Amino acid sequence: MKYVDEFRDKEIALGLAKAIRAEVDLARPYRFMEFCGGHTHTVSRYGLEDMLPNNVRMIHGPGCPVCVLPAGRIDMAIHLAMRPEVILCVYGDLMRVPGSQGASLLKAKARGADVRMVYSTIDAIRIAEENPAREVVFFAIGFETTTPPTAIMIRLAEKKHLSNFSVFCNHVLTPPAMQNILESSDIRNIGGVEIDGFIGPAHVSVIIGTTPYEFIAEEFGKPIVITGFEPLDMMQAILMLVRQVNEHRHEVENQYRRAVIRDGNLRAKEEVSTVFELRDRFEWRGLGRVPYGGLRLKPAYTKYDAELRFGMRELCVADDPACECGAILRGIKKPVDCKLFGTVCTPVTPMGSCMVSSEGACAAHWTYGRFRDHQQRPVS
Amino acid sequence: MRGHQCKLDIKNGCIDLSHGSGGRAMAQLISGLFHEAFGNEWLARGNDQSAFDVGGGRMVMTTDGYVVSPLFFPGGNIGSLAVHGTVNDIAMAGARPLYLSASFIIEEGFRFSHLKMIAESMGEAARSAGVHIITGDTKVVERGKADGLFISTAGVGVVPDGLDLSAENARVGDRVLISGTLGDHGIAIMSKRQNLAFETDVMSDSASLHDLVVKMVEAGGHGIRLMRDPTRGGLAATLNEIAQQSDLGFRLQEEAIPVKPDVAAACELLGLDPLHVANEGKLVAIVSPEVADAVLAAMRAHPLGCDAAEIGEAIADDHHFVQMATSFGGGCIVDWLSGEQLPRIC
Repeated sequence: MKYVDEFRDKEIALGLAKAIRAEVDLARPYRFMEFCGGHTHTVSRYGLEDMLPNNVRMIHGPGCPVCVLPAGRIDMAIHLAMRPEVILCVYGDLMRVPGSQGASLLKAKARGADVRMVYSTIDAIRIAEENPAREVVFFAIGFETTTPPTAIMIRLAEKKHLSNFSVFCNHVLTPPAMQNILESSDIRNIGGVEIDGFIGPAHVSVIIGTTPYEFIAEEFGKPIVITGFEPLDMMQAILMLVRQVNEHRHEVENQYRRAVIRDGNLRAKEEVSTVFELRDRFEWRGLGRVPYGGLRLKPAYTKYDAELRFGMRELCVADDPACECGAILRGIKKPVDCKLFGTVCTPVTPMGSCMVSSEGACAAHWTYGRFRDHQQRPVS
Repeated sequence: MRGHQCKLDIKNGCIDLSHGSGGRAMAQLISGLFHEAFGNEWLARGNDQSAFDVGGGRMVMTTDGYVVSPLFFPGGNIGSLAVHGTVNDIAMAGARPLYLSASFIIEEGFRFSHLKMIAESMGEAARSAGVHIITGDTKVVERGKADGLFISTAGVGVVPDGLDLSAENARVGDRVLISGTLGDHGIAIMSKRQNLAFETDVMSDSASLHDLVVKMVEAGGHGIRLMRDPTRGGLAATLNEIAQQSDLGFRLQEEAIPVKPDVAAACELLGLDPLHVANEGKLVAIVSPEVADAVLAAMRAHPLGCDAAEIGEAIADDHHFVQMATSFGGGCIVDWLSGEQLPRIC
């Protein structure tokens, strides 16, 4: 595959691994958090851990929009979907996400809810046009990457004068979550792990650029390298982070120059700012309420806000107290440190956020990496 | 079945509830459409069952249901798929497939012309595989109670004396062979699904593998431990299943696993793994190292095995992991799929 295989070349990977080994200081640890679930998936799927020195540790962050959706929001969606007049349109990987007491949209569908899997926002608009006597609700979810299509869809619905269409908005923002990880009051309760640098979001940065991360690099003294999702991208980014750490620098560097520019996609940002505004607090599964961590519709568009249209009540559902997701996605604990991992919590029966989507830290380790729990890691 | 004067209006007509009522219309459908397509001496007798000769060896029997959507896809349709799938289930035991049954659950309003195309492709697939569809059943359900058409089949075949293919025969050091490229069927189906349609030249690999199996058995004999066709769940599910049953693990080499570039590209686009995607004309064989080269050569000499490859080996592993050395240089597990494969949002 052109433009894909080039970024999965084994020989170049071995060269980068050699360069990383040559430059790391064996007397100190290097703890890098990959914020995005896509990066976590790449680390696990391509076995990057096998190619890194033992003192370079990858910490799997919270960055998967499906994982961080709290159970209460799923419960709200299920209640909405069970209304006979409602057609709820969702992206596929939301279908299995657990709400409270094992409920999910997949199970709600089996009980008669009209839940339809869509592949784009345009599908939801089409369904609304085809079903004028029903209320069509789009379950909007995602980081800055999927927010522009939702904004465009709402403006399209307005242009088409669709009166039977609304959005259940669950869009969240990455920089506030990164800040939350570094300064959350929870750290005092569950302890902290030093993070020596971040692998910065790829697709998110295509939209918002690199500038929103500069304050984190400056204020917290953490190097950040914005990186693509291919394994060679990540190997190169790790090398760039190692160099920043060794040189006591803390800058935002852009490894993903083929897709990301400093100011991002101005048109997309304009669409988003036209339709959305910040929520002062939004709950992230595993992180709790993140200040300015989510978006809602601006007053001019509230007629498309499903939460208002249907009087949806905010539901808060506590995670299982034995669940260690909060500590895992801050790097304090590893998936195997959680007593639920692999027992009651598996990808088939996920309990916590880290197991919910294939990109979560626990799901990635379960699916791709758990053989390492039973073998000695080779000495690099 | 004689004496029905009025012919079915294949071009413009469609199934109505009378075609499942057991009356004249149903008899007319069976004789005018299914018997035309499947025609053989057993069906011609018009009994509710068929008596048949088996000959020597042990009999195998299998049954399967087909609920594929869409019904027509690049490289086949639900009818040919039903024959290929059942023939392959028999062939994986090393058996010669002999006879099939076919049961149809048809939705009211289903077009005769589509049913005829499906039945004719079933008949053609059966004749190509040397099997006979010798008994069947027809039910018609109200509109909305079936997704157009469901087909259920059963099949019987005979295993030659002395041949015993089973997962418990596998040993550490055995080689893993695959008969060709993975994921073709699943991607061909997905490319035609409503809401997901995308341009691709990928055709379903749906095919009967019995003849390939004969050639493999001739080359490898008792060195062939077992064979499976990696259908739903793909290669990943099949090897995990074998690992559990054989009390072994497997180590695969990703670079050796054949995947068409178009399939790899579609999987990349959809966030799927070709190792989890369905196949309908491929087999996995676990063979002893002594016969691996001979069996692989026999596979490659057959049209349905020309892309065959050795992709790994059986290893001792109490945890029954299917491990893979990635083409990138690392390692990972190839796990079962958790539920349905669903496209990711990012």
